[in-house]
Amino acid sequence: MDLTLTPKHRALREEVDAFIAAHRDAAPRPGGGRKRPDRKALDWQALLLKHGYFARTIPREYGGFGAPHDVIELAIIADAFSRAGISPGIHNQGISMLVPTLLEVGTEEQKRRWIGPTIRGETIWCQGYSEPGSGSDLAAAQTRAAVEDGHFVINGQKIWTSSAHFADMMFLLCRTEPDKSKHAGLSYLLLPMSAPGIEVRPLRTMTGRAEFNETFFTDVRVPVDQIVMGRGDGWHVANVTLKYERMLLGDPNKLQQRLEATRRMMEQPGADGARLLDRAEWRDRLLRLQGEVIAARNHNMRLLTETAEGVDSGLGRFIVKYHGTMLAHRLASLALDVMGSTGLLYEPQGEVAEDDPATTWQIDYMYDIGLIIGGGSSNIQKNIIGERGLGLPREPKAAVPAGRN
Amino acid sequence: MRFGLTEDQGLFGRSLRGFLADRLPLDALRRLAETGTGFDAELWRGLGELGLHGLLVPEEHGGAGLGMLDAALAAEALGYHAAPAPFAAALVMAVQAFRSAGDAEQQRQWLPRIAAGQARIGLGFAGLAGQTGRAALRLEGGRLSGALDGLMDGGEATHFLAYLADGRAALIEAGAPGVTATLRRSVDRTRALVDLDLAGAAPVALLQSSNDPLAAARRVRDAGRVMLAADTLGAAQNMLDRAVAYANERVQFGRVIGSFQGVKYMCADMATMLEPCRAMVWYAAYAQDAVPEEAAMVASHAKAHLAEVGREVARLATEVHGGMGFTDLLGLHHQFKRITFDRQALGGPERCRHDAAVAQGWVAA
Repeated sequence: MDLTLTPKHRALREEVDAFIAAHRDAAPRPGGGRKRPDRKALDWQALLLKHGYFARTIPREYGGFGAPHDVIELAIIADAFSRAGISPGIHNQGISMLVPTLLEVGTEEQKRRWIGPTIRGETIWCQGYSEPGSGSDLAAAQTRAAVEDGHFVINGQKIWTSSAHFADMMFLLCRTEPDKSKHAGLSYLLLPMSAPGIEVRPLRTMTGRAEFNETFFTDVRVPVDQIVMGRGDGWHVANVTLKYERMLLGDPNKLQQRLEATRRMMEQPGADGARLLDRAEWRDRLLRLQGEVIAARNHNMRLLTETAEGVDSGLGRFIVKYHGTMLAHRLASLALDVMGSTGLLYEPQGEVAEDDPATTWQIDYMYDIGLIIGGGSSNIQKNIIGERGLGLPREPKAAVPAGRN
Repeated sequence: MRFGLTEDQGLFGRSLRGFLADRLPLDALRRLAETGTGFDAELWRGLGELGLHGLLVPEEHGGAGLGMLDAALAAEALGYHAAPAPFAAALVMAVQAFRSAGDAEQQRQWLPRIAAGQARIGLGFAGLAGQTGRAALRLEGGRLSGALDGLMDGGEATHFLAYLADGRAALIEAGAPGVTATLRRSVDRTRALVDLDLAGAAPVALLQSSNDPLAAARRVRDAGRVMLAADTLGAAQNMLDRAVAYANERVQFGRVIGSFQGVKYMCADMATMLEPCRAMVWYAAYAQDAVPEEAAMVASHAKAHLAEVGREVARLATEVHGGMGFTDLLGLHHQFKRITFDRQALGGPERCRHDAAVAQGWVAA
């Protein structure tokens, strides 16, 4: 264990604090990722990239800052932004899931073409994974892509495609080798959402907004080279992406942001002039969650170190999504309780404007349920933790009733 | 620049666990736990040969001069095997007490004796850490009178270090005139509590060299809390490991029970709660030596969080074992009770979280 701050680290901390102090008015409200970044968010992203506070370790030739991997530097930057309650930049499926996937298994051409515009927030991606008949059983995907004169021709349907209504591109898991076994018949394609034959129908959720969509494909043509790895490698690539998706969903910096935001609310005097932070029962609720967030952040530091040293964290990594999404929901729950009846006011602004704090917390509180389910539901996570992490046996297959499959 | 153990630390933890696994098979543990003193001379000698007595004692005083993270790894191993051996108070808090408030002569006199395993110091913190029980001591004319309950590592102790309300600490010989030490067996038969009644006892040393005795006492408290958190981590990990092994071997309805999601999910929930605790304990221990501005906050948080997680794991792991978990046959209850003890000693989780709030200035002490 060596977390000694070198003079370089101390300088970085001062530099980031000074940056935030100088530029905080230019920052968009933290959170988001459920809307297309507006001008303010894009300008902020460009500023963060320029200073190396975003995509810090992504090589320069792909549009990143090109700094060597340093766990402490990343922690200093994340900590400074969450302490200040300032947006640490855009986190969406393209940036947090596709970019690391391409870095891990993409071709040089794919990295050069896609990473830059994606991390700048200019190219928005959506994920074509779930189908009406394949949710938790993702490898059962039936959307077909047949090869005809140098193109994949895609037919089928995806569901829960968040951001599809404003995305530019999709990474799609589909069946290209129908003669091969379930897992070996899949491929991972990259396609523009503007391609003819794609129809996006918004799916209104419990938040009252349409964060998700159903996406229909009718003879959608994609050049055969728009594939990550080879034909039949889709399950492998999809799992690389899922690995990053699950890390994103359990992001401890988001937990820290929420904790700090809730603490700030509890420091404000209420209508009776009293602060909730001064009341033992409220303080203890916050403190319990703080302890859990500290554990999550320390755990994340351990995982970052292991990743940097090429160690497979196994169990340590498998728990992150389940642990993080459940904790995030409990943080939002406390925030709602702190706001009490004034937090019931709910006026979502849709795509056009920022939501007020009460509405944002209510949306987070509900959307968190979606995150607990999405990216592999908590039950799927517990199967993975139990089977791959702890070595417990798989559930035996039960027979499917005749006429259903 | 890394968050993790060194190769030496990994090796140290493994060799200590190997030693304890060898020395404490269930029948041996059951026998040693019968006395309820939390001490066994042979085990104590063996731990000394592995360097545990002087782990934290500086090299100039005959110790290994290692850090709080090394000590936490030892505490974790002791908790894993529910070892009836003085540690958190006798070998960590006591050393910390001499280092933070003992003068040079006191350190020169006592630290080598601790490192040699000759001075085994039971430590009474009671009121200062939020333990329940009596905590009323008076120091008048160099004589100590009053009562102090719940001393840790006090069974078979050679000395007691009793903290006064003002943060100073008096070292008393166990058999000295005016000292009545009553051993109270606890639900955790691997660790006892001692109640002290003093009537004009003469201290052999008074630790009062710090210019802020309460702050020095809090550092001792925090070191102890980190050790109890690490002890719970070890005990809970033991219970989880055994639950997983049992779920992989017990057959019902023609299947090993670990293939049932109901059982699998209990194990997954335990692992999900417990795995992040490892890094939390590492950091809390490391912070005691290297991050003074966070040391108090993370020590109390680690103690409180491990108490909550430990309680859940203790219940779930017992449940996975079905009726067998409830018996004495498997001996799972030794770790269960270890966790029970760690939770209350040096303050329960509510008190620890309050101290964490104080440490970050959210509320006045």
